[in-house]
Amino acid sequence: MADGEEGRGQRDRLTPLRFPPPLLAGAGPPAHSGWAGPGPRTPGSPASPPPVPLAPPATPSLRRTWRKASPYAYIAPFFTLFLAFGLFPLLYTAFVSLYRVELQTSGEMEWRGIANYTALFTDEYFWISLRNTFTIGVLSTVPQLAMALGLAHLLNYRLRGRTFIRTAILLPYATSVAAATLVFAQLFGRDFGLINYVIGLVGLDPVDWQTGTVASQIAVSTIVIWRWTGYNALIYLAGMQSIPHELYEAAEMDGASRWRQFIHVTLPGLRPTIVFTVIISTIGATQLFGEPLLFEGSISGGISHQYQTLGLYMYEQGWGFFHLGRAAAIAWVMFVLIVVLVGANALIARRRARKEAGR
Amino acid sequence: MTALAAPPTAPGKGRPPQDPPRRRARKGGGGAGRTMKGGWLSYVILGFALLISAFPFYWTIVAASRSNADLAQVPPSLLPGPNLIRNFDAVLEEADIGKALLNSLIVSGSITLGTVLCCTLAGFAFAKLKFRGRGALLTLTIGTMMIPPQLGVIPLFMLIAELQWVNQLQAVILPGLVSAFGVFFMRQYLVQSLPDELIEAARVDGASTARIFWSIVIPIARPGMAVLGMLTFMTAWNDFFWPIIALSSQEPTVQVALRQLGGGYVNDQSVIMAGTLLGTLPVLLVFGLLGRQIVGGIMQGAVKG
Repeated sequence: MADGEEGRGQRDRLTPLRFPPPLLAGAGPPAHSGWAGPGPRTPGSPASPPPVPLAPPATPSLRRTWRKASPYAYIAPFFTLFLAFGLFPLLYTAFVSLYRVELQTSGEMEWRGIANYTALFTDEYFWISLRNTFTIGVLSTVPQLAMALGLAHLLNYRLRGRTFIRTAILLPYATSVAAATLVFAQLFGRDFGLINYVIGLVGLDPVDWQTGTVASQIAVSTIVIWRWTGYNALIYLAGMQSIPHELYEAAEMDGASRWRQFIHVTLPGLRPTIVFTVIISTIGATQLFGEPLLFEGSISGGISHQYQTLGLYMYEQGWGFFHLGRAAAIAWVMFVLIVVLVGANALIARRRARKEAGR
Repeated sequence: MTALAAPPTAPGKGRPPQDPPRRRARKGGGGAGRTMKGGWLSYVILGFALLISAFPFYWTIVAASRSNADLAQVPPSLLPGPNLIRNFDAVLEEADIGKALLNSLIVSGSITLGTVLCCTLAGFAFAKLKFRGRGALLTLTIGTMMIPPQLGVIPLFMLIAELQWVNQLQAVILPGLVSAFGVFFMRQYLVQSLPDELIEAARVDGASTARIFWSIVIPIARPGMAVLGMLTFMTAWNDFFWPIIALSSQEPTVQVALRQLGGGYVNDQSVIMAGTLLGTLPVLLVFGLLGRQIVGGIMQGAVKG
């Protein structure tokens, strides 16, 4: 299985971003019939232009020139958009963060140097939102990934109706932040929320999910956990399925229990996938925005900013107080934060891998 | 013929309804997953997980079909009530959800078509064509894949304001077309599923690159394009941050309308839930029809947050 080899080589670096070997194996025959068969079908899009306009010019030298140039025609649509709406805004953020720019007159820029940053670092609410981003990040990511790992382990058994189970477990992923948050805000209602009702049934006092710092952050994290656990479980499941079966057979022969197999075969085999999900979740947590915004509908993240995240703080500065320059400074801080966190993740992962290999 | 059935992405080709035999067949020699049978405890835990997954949906229906007074009752009623239509009417009137649904359809539809086209073109070039700067450009694309676009919203907003596009749908559509992930996705797909020999043979037959693209690449890429399309549609439909900045209540997408609903504009909880239900139904519909393909796409590690 040559394709198996290739798939494995790729997995080491980019686990989740990989296609299973069958795609390669499967594409050959139907592809051929598509070409050699009577009249290859063009896709049903009515807008698709006939191939004629792009046909190469007649003379050989011109044709060669066109051959050389034409690849750029294929990447041009993407890169035009990418430069205008992707790369440029990203880089220009750093530039804007050094100016005073107001929302209503966003064409006028007044040089401020690092004043936006000093204003930021002396603002109490910046530090609160930084702290909240961190605590909500931990509160949402850790349980989410742990549960996803457990669920993936169960999903990896042979189960009846597993297609259904997988699809159903992914259902929360299909909802929007806004919809999920509005529903959970209702469930977490202080006086009439279902969750407080259930807590009351158990005999505990109702929790004020909005005002308390810890309580509100748990509530916001719950929304994140609910939406993303199934998704991560499927990512882990895909990783687990690429662990060679022989490893388990060998472990079984050595008399390893299921638990020990999980610890000594599954987890090491899953490491690249785990690193990937940790990085993705970290990035997601750093820019958390919709959940805290819609939890009570306030742009300050609660009356005492108790669950305001950096993303929300940026929005408040930019579109609440009209300070676009200041908001750009926050965006840039978030960017640096992401780079540092992702770098730290990768570093820890590599060091652990090396340690493991050295053993 | 097993090969034909194998790509898990191929939407609805005559594929065996149960996948265990398929999986065993295709993974035969290499890395097969564990095939141990799940015990009753696995079913119990998974059942509980599914319950938690599904409950908020059920609760949305319950709350949307009751009245505000019902929702303030203790103990709360857990069964749907009679007010669904009334609440739908209310939310259509108060929050203009109808227009929002239409706008979301336009926005998500355009983004999906455009993204799939751009990404297939670029993915093909990166996978199969040789040109100067290919490696550098691909690295640039992949390198920015992980950077949240949210970090660029301020210059993006200034740009949109400069173009006088604020409150117009193209302000959301055009930036939505940029999908570095999609390019990478289509490239990976074509690297693995489009044999070089096929292109060589077509070239020998005198086919131009454009002809090769339409007649060979697109038919082969179609399953990948379908997966990318579904994921793009869902992402576009659910996109929140940029639309609430670029659009307002005059020209809302569903998410913008939901934001207004949640922003204290409407006080009736059951009406808010009716709006949430209306805004979620289209994606749920897509998910109900194509859920299995979406799961397949994600299982290939297809999606980033």
